[in-house]
Amino acid sequence: MILSSSWMEPKLGGHITDSRGISDASSLVDRLVVQYGRKRDALLPILHAFQHEIGYIDDAAVPLIATALNISRADVHGVVTFYHDFRRTPAGRHVVKLCRAESCQARGGAMIEEAAMDKLGVKMGETRRDGAVTLEAIYCLGLCAIGPNALVDGRPVAKVNAAVLDRIADEVAA
Amino acid sequence: MTRVFISRDMASVALGSDSLAAAFSAAGCDVVRTGSRGLFRLEPMVEVERDGERSGFGPVAAEDVSSVLHGTHPNALGPVDALPYFASQQRFTFARCGVIDPLDVKDYAAHDGWRGLEAARAMAPQAVVDCVKGSGLRGRGGAGFPTGIKWQTVLDAQGGDKFIVCNADEGDSGTFADRMLMEGDPFCLIEGMAIAGHAVGASRGYIYIRSEYPFAIQAMREAISRASAIIAPFTLEVREGAGAYVCGEETALLDSIEGKRGQVRAKPPLPALQGLFGKPTVINNVLSLAAVPFILHHGAEAYAGVGFGRSRGTMPVQLAGNVKNGGLYEVGFGITLGELVHDIGGGTESGRPVRAVQVGGPLGAYFPPSMFHIPFDYEKFAKAGGLIGHAGITVFDDTVDMAHMARFAMEFCAVESCGKCTPCRIGSTRGVEVLDKIIAGRSGAQRGDVSLPTGLDAALYSRAPKLKDASVSAQTDLLRDLCDTMKFGSLCALGGFTPYPVLSALDYFPEDFGAPVSASEDAEVSL
Repeated sequence: MILSSSWMEPKLGGHITDSRGISDASSLVDRLVVQYGRKRDALLPILHAFQHEIGYIDDAAVPLIATALNISRADVHGVVTFYHDFRRTPAGRHVVKLCRAESCQARGGAMIEEAAMDKLGVKMGETRRDGAVTLEAIYCLGLCAIGPNALVDGRPVAKVNAAVLDRIADEVAA
Repeated sequence: MTRVFISRDMASVALGSDSLAAAFSAAGCDVVRTGSRGLFRLEPMVEVERDGERSGFGPVAAEDVSSVLHGTHPNALGPVDALPYFASQQRFTFARCGVIDPLDVKDYAAHDGWRGLEAARAMAPQAVVDCVKGSGLRGRGGAGFPTGIKWQTVLDAQGGDKFIVCNADEGDSGTFADRMLMEGDPFCLIEGMAIAGHAVGASRGYIYIRSEYPFAIQAMREAISRASAIIAPFTLEVREGAGAYVCGEETALLDSIEGKRGQVRAKPPLPALQGLFGKPTVINNVLSLAAVPFILHHGAEAYAGVGFGRSRGTMPVQLAGNVKNGGLYEVGFGITLGELVHDIGGGTESGRPVRAVQVGGPLGAYFPPSMFHIPFDYEKFAKAGGLIGHAGITVFDDTVDMAHMARFAMEFCAVESCGKCTPCRIGSTRGVEVLDKIIAGRSGAQRGDVSLPTGLDAALYSRAPKLKDASVSAQTDLLRDLCDTMKFGSLCALGGFTPYPVLSALDYFPEDFGAPVSASEDAEVSL
């Protein structure tokens, strides 16, 4: 099994609110309903695939998906906003998810959280102003004996310490 | 060509097993990527096969290839099975994990794979359900409900379509057994689900895996496509979660598969009667379903033969947090908490004394070392005011601040609450606020100099002037009252069990909440 670290990186960038973006998003939704079906239970797989392609779920895409599945816009909006994974704005070029759960805390996670915000120059849950990096909290990656853990652009990183954070900061800057 | 075995488990990869595999491959070895054996102190680890015997080296780095192949590396382990950590386990469910190539159907079959399914197919559905009942298997997700009785309900339910749903939304911190099994032995779960399908008359199954487990999702999808002919006419599909902890609650999980917000449903109706898409549904945890092939192959008695009291069989215990020998340890119920933490786990990794362990994830109680004599058993843990949950044990050393951990429990509940019921949605936020007052006030405990409510806030307290008292002891009383409301008023375990870590921290570590130090010695510890 070869797992490429690009599984969660968006393939397209930019906003979809311009007219060309809308038609791109529209043809993407058409493609996704062919793949996943038009039933209600296709909504989460479609949202995942949409975000994988575009990078986030723009508000402008909500009515397109709602129409395709014959459900209300409120239904789609409700689902997009309920789940932590779905973004309504583009993420930074790199995404660092840092575990905040108990097992990582037992291994010094709280200090690492502070240090990560400091070294990456961004607050938890925010994207740095230059768009280079988004830092997010995550609650457990299931690597609980080797924490503190992070997911850097989809790649798992264990035993995060100051030196590892420096490497991540360099990676993000590159 | 020398065959070597290197794990591709997400934890092993996080520790560098990919570059190790690349290095052995470049050195001309035939590299087999397995799951993890489950002792992370030894990883990244490589096992070298010579004359049919596998000999381990770990931890090793990519530059150690030649010394490993010459057998001169200082971290030689000998046969991994013979290490005390592994030799003392009872691996029923995890027998193949770390041993076989997880995606090789033939390798699986060569290690007793598909035997349970063959045995089940030769039996009538009722006989399969009876076998699971006889094994004493109880839900490994945490609730401990007898699996066979759940299956019986679905078997007896009227109606055409029925579903098997696997709850692989393993969100509890300190647990990783589901992930390890799905990455290290996915066919075992597939076989268990196919057996469940035969037993209750369901032809379709879903595996709901959290999105934080990308490796498990990929492994399960690949394994399903390779096993589809074997399990036919039963069909399986993986559904990916989207970062909502509450979807580990079974009814929220069903709503999530249906494409809705993952909100908890009121019960009844039970999912066994009206579950996925309103149809009768077996919903079981990964470990429950993965225990079934062993039970069908070796018989109910072989499984029920180990255990303690009404907790039969084995539990894959996960040792996590600040622990020296962190990893997976499958053993029969009845082992004590102290044996697990000290004898197996080796105490803390930091070398400092153990102060607390949290058992069962973010909704589980914190126990002090004075309670380490409790045997691992559903009933004993419930009696001690805790829960086994998914059998994750998170170890903390003496630097832990239990008031902060109690605050975190409330904060986590606030972040992850689905919002359907008030005690959980509002109570968790109020809990954070009360704990903030306690933490702010405890250094000058009992001073009561936290700002008093004014204006509209003061009016809100007019009916309950006592609540205006900002002293630590008054706020602690308020916290207990709030926990009581959450415990009995919440719709599901998220709001209902968040009081467990909060109250256990308060009961066993009162000195962290501004109480006089002597009070901790008075805390009654009894069973």
